[in-house]
Amino acid sequence: MSEATPTPATDDVSVPTVQIRGLTKRFGSNEVLKGIDFHVGHREVVVVIGPSGSGKSTLLRCVNLLETPDAGEVLIDGVDICDPDTDVNAVRRRIGMVFQQFNLFPHLTALDNVTIAQRKVLRRSAEEAERIARENLERVGLADKAGQFPLQLSGGQQQRVAIARALAMGPEIMLFDEATSALDPELVGDVLGVMRSLAADGMTMMVVTHEIGFARNVADRVVFMADGVVVEEGHPSQVLDDPQHARTRQFLRQVHDR
Amino acid sequence: MTRQRRSLLLQWLGFLLGLGAIAVALAVTVRWGDLADRFFKWEDFTAQFPDIVLEAARNTVVYTAIGYSGGLVVGLVVALMRQSSVPPARIIARLYIEVFRALPALLTILIVGFGLPIAFGGDNLPGFLSEPWGAGCLALALVAGAYLAETIRAGIEAVPRGQVEAARSLGMSSWQTTRSIVLPQAFRVILPPLTNELVLLLKDTSLLAVLGVAIGQRELTTWGRTISNSLGNYTPLIAAAVCYLAITVPLTFLAQYVENRTKADRR
Repeated sequence: MSEATPTPATDDVSVPTVQIRGLTKRFGSNEVLKGIDFHVGHREVVVVIGPSGSGKSTLLRCVNLLETPDAGEVLIDGVDICDPDTDVNAVRRRIGMVFQQFNLFPHLTALDNVTIAQRKVLRRSAEEAERIARENLERVGLADKAGQFPLQLSGGQQQRVAIARALAMGPEIMLFDEATSALDPELVGDVLGVMRSLAADGMTMMVVTHEIGFARNVADRVVFMADGVVVEEGHPSQVLDDPQHARTRQFLRQVHDR
Repeated sequence: MTRQRRSLLLQWLGFLLGLGAIAVALAVTVRWGDLADRFFKWEDFTAQFPDIVLEAARNTVVYTAIGYSGGLVVGLVVALMRQSSVPPARIIARLYIEVFRALPALLTILIVGFGLPIAFGGDNLPGFLSEPWGAGCLALALVAGAYLAETIRAGIEAVPRGQVEAARSLGMSSWQTTRSIVLPQAFRVILPPLTNELVLLLKDTSLLAVLGVAIGQRELTTWGRTISNSLGNYTPLIAAAVCYLAITVPLTFLAQYVENRTKADRR
């Protein structure tokens, strides 16, 4: 696979930022991850695609332990986060996550959504948290919406506030769990634009999405999952234009036919 | 006349006829003169004021405030215990709720009121707990706590799981998430039932009289009853009723106002 992987934007890829080995996860009798090996290099953008129920969201959620793996290792910068002695909150602090349903806090304004964890978790002063919050709202193009409550914003705006909320914590890795799937089609572009600019700035990203165009244009590597296993992975042009497996071809045909 | 107007007219006619029939029936059967004389004597009514407010209404409010704030604390702790990952905590919480919801408030007040001084010695009890009304307030708090625990739990469970996941993914601890994200949202959801519990508790303060009350410690119902007895006239009961209304009606309006205000952010 290494010859297919393009050299990420910069630095050291020898120790992947996220390294997953032999990961399994079951819900009851349903095994959703069947021994996954997976990694995200430093400053690499990895897009995970695959049919519903393939386990891609579960894999993503294992990276910040919103799901607890049943077996296998999840290493962040070489540290096994499944170790019971690991401070989970400290790990999560370094990993930003964006959800399909935005999950903004409805009782707080956009600004307070972005400041609350900075103050509670990073113990930043109110002034510093607000300054950083406004910078990040500006970055996602919503500087003028700071005083609005989430339900006064459109879905696309809510999702961009959610991205600002994650960025304000200064994460080393950003996880996107179908961040545009709940959006009206005309609002998808703004959110993808923010994600694209993040990638251009060199953020390490793991993106679960159905947006094949985003995968093609932004990903350093595309991973195709089905039925709890990684079927194939490689450079976007390789996986998307010249898939080696029948399962991948079938999926891409269905997506393109839509 | 359209069909719709005719139907509406018939409904009005039916309503007015029914009302008229009841009014006539009451007018000929009730002994209005006696009733006015015993229950609505204006001099006896005005004579209750301002003392009924200064003593009885004030005590009703104080007992309610103590009982309710105690109940909220108990209810919150028990509700959180019900969600605990420590099994005995969950069991104790369940047991607590079952016991105090099963017992009549009056019985709880009697048991706590008589039991507390015996258990700890009347002189050892701190502050107002050494007084019968204080022990009664504690009993009210215990009863209210059981109901409030279930209400608060319902509110906590109404907060979507994604809210907790978002907070935890930002590195917030379990307690920070509960305090800053879950509880504020839970309390918005349960504001109407919380107001309801408050009004119920306010009326239950009338039960404290069973522990015996000294002058100066009477709440509204006891005031109405004792003064009525000494006057040989029931007008003080009506004065007490007016005071209850004067407390609860603004309270429900205030709750409505707060509810509307917190809804502003949800559009």
